[in-house]
Amino acid sequence: MAKPDSLQGSLDLLVLKILSRRPHLHGYAIMSAIREFSGEVLRADEGSLYPALHRMEENQWIRAEWTTKETGHRARIYEVTAAGEKQLALEESRWHTVISAVNRVLRTV
Amino acid sequence: MSLWSRISNVFRTERLHRDIDEELQSHIAEALREGRDPEEARRAFGSVLSHRESSRDVRLLPWLDSLCADAVFGWRQLLKRKVTSAAAILSLALAIGSCSAAFRLMDALLWRPLPVAAPERLYAISRELAGREGKDSTSDRCAYPMFRQMRRAVKDQADLIAVSTSGRIDITYGSDEETEKAYQQYVSGWIFQSFGIRAAVGRLLTENDDLTPRAHPYAVLSFEYWTRRFGADPAVVGRTFRAGNEFYQIVGVAEGPFTGTEPGIVTDIFVPTMMMKNNAIVRSDYEWFRTFVHLKPGVPLALVQEKLRPPFRAFLEERAAASAGVPEQEKNAYLNQALVLNSAAAGVSGLQQGYGKALLVLGVLVLLVLLISCANVANLMTAQAMARHREMALRVAIGAGRGRLVQLVVMECLWLALFAAVFGACFASWAAPVVAGMISTPDNPVRLILPADWRVVGFGAALALTCTLLFGLYPAFRASAVKPAFALRGGSAQLRPRMMQMLIASQVAFCVLVLFGAGLFLVTSERLTHQQTGFSQERLLTVETVTSQPQPYMVWNQVAAQLRTVPGVEAVALCEWPLMTGGVWDGLISVNKAPPSPVASYFLRVDPGWRKLMHIPLLAGRDFREDDFLSGAAVVNQAFARQYFGGRDPVGNSFDVVAVEGLRVPYRIVGLIGNTRYRDMREAMQPAAYFPFSGNYGRASFILRTSSQNPMTMATALRLAVQRARAGFRVSNLRTQTALVEQHLVRERLLSLLALFFGLVALVLAGVGLYGVLDYSVIQRRRELGIRIAIGAHSVDIAQCVIQDVFRAVAGGALLGLALGIISARFVEALLFEVKPTDLGALAPPAIIISAVALFAALPAIIRAVRIDPMAMLRSD
Repeated sequence: MAKPDSLQGSLDLLVLKILSRRPHLHGYAIMSAIREFSGEVLRADEGSLYPALHRMEENQWIRAEWTTKETGHRARIYEVTAAGEKQLALEESRWHTVISAVNRVLRTV
Repeated sequence: MSLWSRISNVFRTERLHRDIDEELQSHIAEALREGRDPEEARRAFGSVLSHRESSRDVRLLPWLDSLCADAVFGWRQLLKRKVTSAAAILSLALAIGSCSAAFRLMDALLWRPLPVAAPERLYAISRELAGREGKDSTSDRCAYPMFRQMRRAVKDQADLIAVSTSGRIDITYGSDEETEKAYQQYVSGWIFQSFGIRAAVGRLLTENDDLTPRAHPYAVLSFEYWTRRFGADPAVVGRTFRAGNEFYQIVGVAEGPFTGTEPGIVTDIFVPTMMMKNNAIVRSDYEWFRTFVHLKPGVPLALVQEKLRPPFRAFLEERAAASAGVPEQEKNAYLNQALVLNSAAAGVSGLQQGYGKALLVLGVLVLLVLLISCANVANLMTAQAMARHREMALRVAIGAGRGRLVQLVVMECLWLALFAAVFGACFASWAAPVVAGMISTPDNPVRLILPADWRVVGFGAALALTCTLLFGLYPAFRASAVKPAFALRGGSAQLRPRMMQMLIASQVAFCVLVLFGAGLFLVTSERLTHQQTGFSQERLLTVETVTSQPQPYMVWNQVAAQLRTVPGVEAVALCEWPLMTGGVWDGLISVNKAPPSPVASYFLRVDPGWRKLMHIPLLAGRDFREDDFLSGAAVVNQAFARQYFGGRDPVGNSFDVVAVEGLRVPYRIVGLIGNTRYRDMREAMQPAAYFPFSGNYGRASFILRTSSQNPMTMATALRLAVQRARAGFRVSNLRTQTALVEQHLVRERLLSLLALFFGLVALVLAGVGLYGVLDYSVIQRRRELGIRIAIGAHSVDIAQCVIQDVFRAVAGGALLGLALGIISARFVEALLFEVKPTDLGALAPPAIIISAVALFAALPAIIRAVRIDPMAMLRSD
């Protein structure tokens, strides 16, 4: 049912990382941050971002609340929970493992 | 927590939708504020609806959500067809309720473990004796000397516990005028310790209370009796009561629900076995209690059994050596009896032996009714699901999977089952105590403990669920197999005729089986009721009376004289106990000093007026006279003359009554009288000898012939008359002779009544099912039938056309049912009386009845088919 997101399974990792550095971002800001920090290379698919956020929220890795911004708009902002920090560490190390494994293959073959 | 929030989100989807929508809108607003082109931003974001769906799905349980939707839809469907739904629920409720009630009874009587420590380690000793004519007999009664020897042998491996049957006795806490009944049981003193039962107040019996005969008249009350009789008053400890001539002191109350080891009887008072009268502790010929074996943890059963065998054998040999005059054959049979240990986790009682099988039969009957009912509802649901095939096709066309359609139909069935289970539970909670009440006799009130605990609730739930699957899955799969293109083009789904015919055939088979069983039990009950008793029970009242001191005949006779003066009393006679109470005295007979005959005879002491009062014919010789007291005179019945005198007139002859130790008491026959039933309605007329009522007795019965059609109205007057006639005389039981006879028919009446009831239910269900199927098939074949009529088919042909297939199914089902009946009747043979399952009289009625019902159920469909107007039908097409 869910479309495969363009970040090939690393969306969770990026969202957790961004939120752990800069808490209290809303969905659009997270999306912008991914684009900005990746030097405009990575683009989170707007369609898969929200289901991913909601899934992480259900998993209690992140927590959400409604705030009213200075412009008067209501926005749902997110921050990482303790469980989320643990998950982030886990995913980061997994990511590094995968990257180095791929590199090894590229170098040796 | 997360799962919980997802579950709870299912029930507040509105708010969830609002939240998701608002967040998505704020995203787009943010994009616009950044200066993106509105069109581009919206396009980049994609379909809001699909985001909402996927977001929603991660935040709640999609399956639960769809389940809720289907439940609501199913509920609406039920409401749409109120009448058929109600009929389905009612028939299911009746079936589920009956099954639950039967389960409650069986569980309470046969399966529920006793509330003691480690009931799975509890066994009961019984002895199997290869009897005459190849029939094995078992006895679970023991004599105390044997018990002692066996207990010593397994002391380290198991506790041996003696428990007498629970007796309903007269006890008094104050003066003699305030006598009440209570169930008392003699138990080994260490029973409570072995069973892990503690005292609620005071103390319990101990081993020390049960070592010396008659030394410790202490009693322990059951918790139930303590709360019922004394309102849980702790001051009860130390009080005394009198039972017979014995004064007991209450030392404590046993905690918990333990009320003895006999399901069906709630024991009130426990006393030590050493308090048993009649030298019961030392006599080796007096078998009066059951022996329980409570294994110590980790001890294998086989080891204990092995250790019990030597003392058992030694005891048998000792007894066989001591008994002179017993025929060699008898002696060998006695020596060859085997010791068996049966699991007693659920206790042991006469009620289990008497009603266990009957209850199982009943359980099977109600299970069959349940199956019929399920088949019925399955037919109904299938027909309805077929009628909705267009809707189903539409659902498939817009993407519903097969699983989803199955779920949709099953949800609807689940509603039916849910309601049926709730109503069924109400029915069961009412029916189980009613049936338990029906097996009570005034003499022996049955008190089954029937709690509605997790066992019962779990059974009900499992039953409802199984039913849903039974009747719901088939229609669900049929409905889900719809081909959308075909259905939407206007093709109509056909029920597979073979499946429907199979459902009908099985329904009919079950119904015939139930009817067949009901017929057998009805005939049994009828035959037993009309068994000759050999005496007239009309307007006969039995007054069982006890005294505190044994009284001579003269005194008993004075009380009889006093009773004769009570208005409405026509005649009074005296005997030891009334016939058919269950009181038994029997022994072996020897004629002309020969070895005793293997057949025992019943004995009873009566006064000279007894035979005439009972309306038993005098065939030869004379009645007892007042001066027969000490002369050793006896009156015998025809069966006695046939058994011991080859049918010759025995008057003037003598015989000896042989006691087990070889002691002989001579009697001279002065009269020959007609046969009477002594104990049971099932056994053939047994030899019986009557002796003069003489000597000192502490209890006896007055038999009264009254002028009143309802003799029980005289009860109070008679009780008072007995008390007035002589101080210390008290009425212990006052019953009509008819009630005494009828208590032997209770089981058969109950079985036949319930079987009849379930037979009728099964019949109605099968009839309704047939009607539904035929009616549906006529609607389906309207077109074909219309064309047949149009080209000139006669009404008879049309009717034949409609019912042909179905009646083939009915006939097949009936034959199958009868065959099953004949096969299964073998298992209930013990419950039948003078009726053979293969009799034409037993086979014909179910077949005829089911045919008649089938015909009756088919009539509306036939009429509808014949009345089809071909013109109107073809025009509408």
